[in-house]
Amino acid sequence: MAAIVPVPVVDDLTSPGAQQSRPGLRASQSRRLNAFRYLVFALAAVFFGLPMFALFRMSLLGSRPGTYSFAAWKQIGTYPGLLGSIELSLEISVITFVLMILLLLPTMMWTRLRVPRFGRTLEFLCLLPLAIPAIVLVVGWAPEYNRIERFNLSGIMLIWAYVILVLPYTYRALSAGLNAIDVPTLSEAARSLGASWATVMTRIIAPNMWQAILNAALLSMSLTLGEFTVAYILGYNTFSVKLVSISRNSNNPVVVFAASAAGLLFTFLLLLILSYVGRRRRRRRA
Amino acid sequence: MAVTVVTETGARPVRAGRRPPVAWVGTLPFLAYVALFLILPTGIVVWNAFQVTTTKVVNGIPVTGAKHFDLGTFNQLFNAANRGYFVNSIELAGLTALAGAILGAVLTYAVATGSPNGVIRRIALAGSGVLAQFGGVTLAFAFFALINPSNGLLLHASWYYTFPWSIGLIYLYFQIPLMVLIFLPAVDGLKAQWREAAENLGGSTWHYWRYVGGPLLLPPFLGALLLMFANALSAFATIVAWDNQISFVVPQQISSDLISEVGLFSVNGADLLALGMVILVALVMTGYALLQRRTARWLR
Repeated sequence: MAAIVPVPVVDDLTSPGAQQSRPGLRASQSRRLNAFRYLVFALAAVFFGLPMFALFRMSLLGSRPGTYSFAAWKQIGTYPGLLGSIELSLEISVITFVLMILLLLPTMMWTRLRVPRFGRTLEFLCLLPLAIPAIVLVVGWAPEYNRIERFNLSGIMLIWAYVILVLPYTYRALSAGLNAIDVPTLSEAARSLGASWATVMTRIIAPNMWQAILNAALLSMSLTLGEFTVAYILGYNTFSVKLVSISRNSNNPVVVFAASAAGLLFTFLLLLILSYVGRRRRRRRA
Repeated sequence: MAVTVVTETGARPVRAGRRPPVAWVGTLPFLAYVALFLILPTGIVVWNAFQVTTTKVVNGIPVTGAKHFDLGTFNQLFNAANRGYFVNSIELAGLTALAGAILGAVLTYAVATGSPNGVIRRIALAGSGVLAQFGGVTLAFAFFALINPSNGLLLHASWYYTFPWSIGLIYLYFQIPLMVLIFLPAVDGLKAQWREAAENLGGSTWHYWRYVGGPLLLPPFLGALLLMFANALSAFATIVAWDNQISFVVPQQISSDLISEVGLFSVNGADLLALGMVILVALVMTGYALLQRRTARWLR
C-alpha cells in the first residue's frame, strides 16, 4: 500500500540521536520531557493498539455469541484459494526483490565507477515513481499487460510492475550503502591488483554494503506483500486482493480477520527481527 | 639558480575528459527497463487521455469508430462529476495529511528523544513500517472490527460509513506512521549543542523552539506534509476495503472506469482522471523537492 514511504531504513534505528543522559538539558527539563514522552507513548499505544486488539478478538470469536475458538485461524489453511494467494504474494515479493537488485545494484555501482555523469539521471528516474502514483501507472500498464497475457497468465507477471513501484525506496537504501563506503579507493585497490570490473562489483563492493542490501530487501518485501492497487486492477489474486474478495463474497468472513491479523503480525515480526540482525553485525564490526 | 627537472613519464595519451562510449552500455539494461515499464505506460496514459472515439449509430446499435487526437478532451477533466472526485480527494488528503503530520510530529519527537537503540524505538519503527507499507486493506478490516455497526468491539457506530470522517480516521492509521518514518531523520538531526548554546545564552525552552528548533524543523515538516498529502491522494487499498458502494475519490473512479470499460460514449475516463492525478501529484512533489533541498543544507 502506501505509495510514498521514503526512508524507513533499518539503519536509521541506530542513527546518532539524543543519548540517554541528554546533554543540553537540565534535570528538571529532563523529567518533564520524560513525563511528556510516556504520555505520548501511552496515547499512541491506545490509539494503535485498540484496532489491533479488536482485529485479534474478532478473529477468535466463536460461532455462538460469548464463545471463542481458533476456527478462523484454522481456516487460513483450508479456505479455497487463500493459501494459494499467500504463496503467490510471497513468491512475487521474493522474485521482485531479486529482479530489482540484479537490475539496480549493478547499474548503481557501474554508474559510480565508470559513468558518474549518469548519476543525476539515474536518481531522477529511480525517484520518478514517487511522482507518478501506482493508480496512474496501472492505467498505462493495463494495455501492456493485455499484450503480455497472451503469453503467460500467471500472477508472477506482476513482478515487472512491482520492480518499478519499489524503485524509489530501494534506490535510497542502496544509495545510502554506497555513500557509506569509499567506492573509488576500494575499486582502485582491486583494479591495481588485477581484478576485473565484475570482480570489483561482486566481490569487493557488494559484500561491503550487505546491510544496505538487507534494508532494500526489507522495504521491497513489505511493500510488495501488501500491494493492492496494481494487483486488484490487473485482476491478479494476491493476498490483499483475495482478502477483499472474500470479505465481499462471504457472509461470515471471519477468516479475513484472522488472515489480516496474521499478515500484520508476520510483517511486524519480520521488520523487528531484522532490525536486531543489522545491529548485531554492526557491533561485531566495531 | 633553480634547476628544473623534467621527468618523462610513460603516461597514456590524454583524451580530454572523454569516456569511451563503451562504459555507457552498462546503463542500457536499466534504461530499457525503465523506458518499457515507467516511461511508456505514462506516455500511454497521456496519449489516451486525449483520444476521442467517434461513435456511429448503425441500426440502433452504437458502433465504435475511429479514434483521433483532440486536446479539447482536457476540458472534460473539469466537468461536475470529475470535479467532485477531485474535491473529495483533496479534502480527504488534506485533512489526513494535516492531522497526521501534527500528531505524527509529536510522536516522532517522543521517539527521537529516547535511546537510539531502545526497545521503544525499534517497536515504533517496525510498527510504523508495517502500518505505512503493508497496512492497506488490513487496516480497514481492523477498524471494522473496532467500530462496525453490528458487532464492533468499542462502538456499534453508525458513522462507520461516513465520508470523510470515518475513512479519514482509518487513513490516520497509516498517515501517522508514515510521518514518523519520514520526519524522524530530521528530528534526529537536531544537535544537543544547539540546545546547549541556546541555554548558555540565557534562552528558555520557548526561545529554543521559537528561534532554533522550530525554524530548523519547519521545512522538513512542510515537506513531510506534502509527501503525506500525495500519499493519501494516491491511496487506494484502504478505501476499497472500507466500502465499495460509491466512488468518493479519484483512484476509486479510475478503477471503476478501468474495470467496467464503460468508455464507449465518452473519452477514456480513466486516462483523463489519471492525467489529472499526475498533474496534481507532480505539483505537490515539486514543492516537496524544493523544501527537501532547503532541509539538506543542514541535515547531514
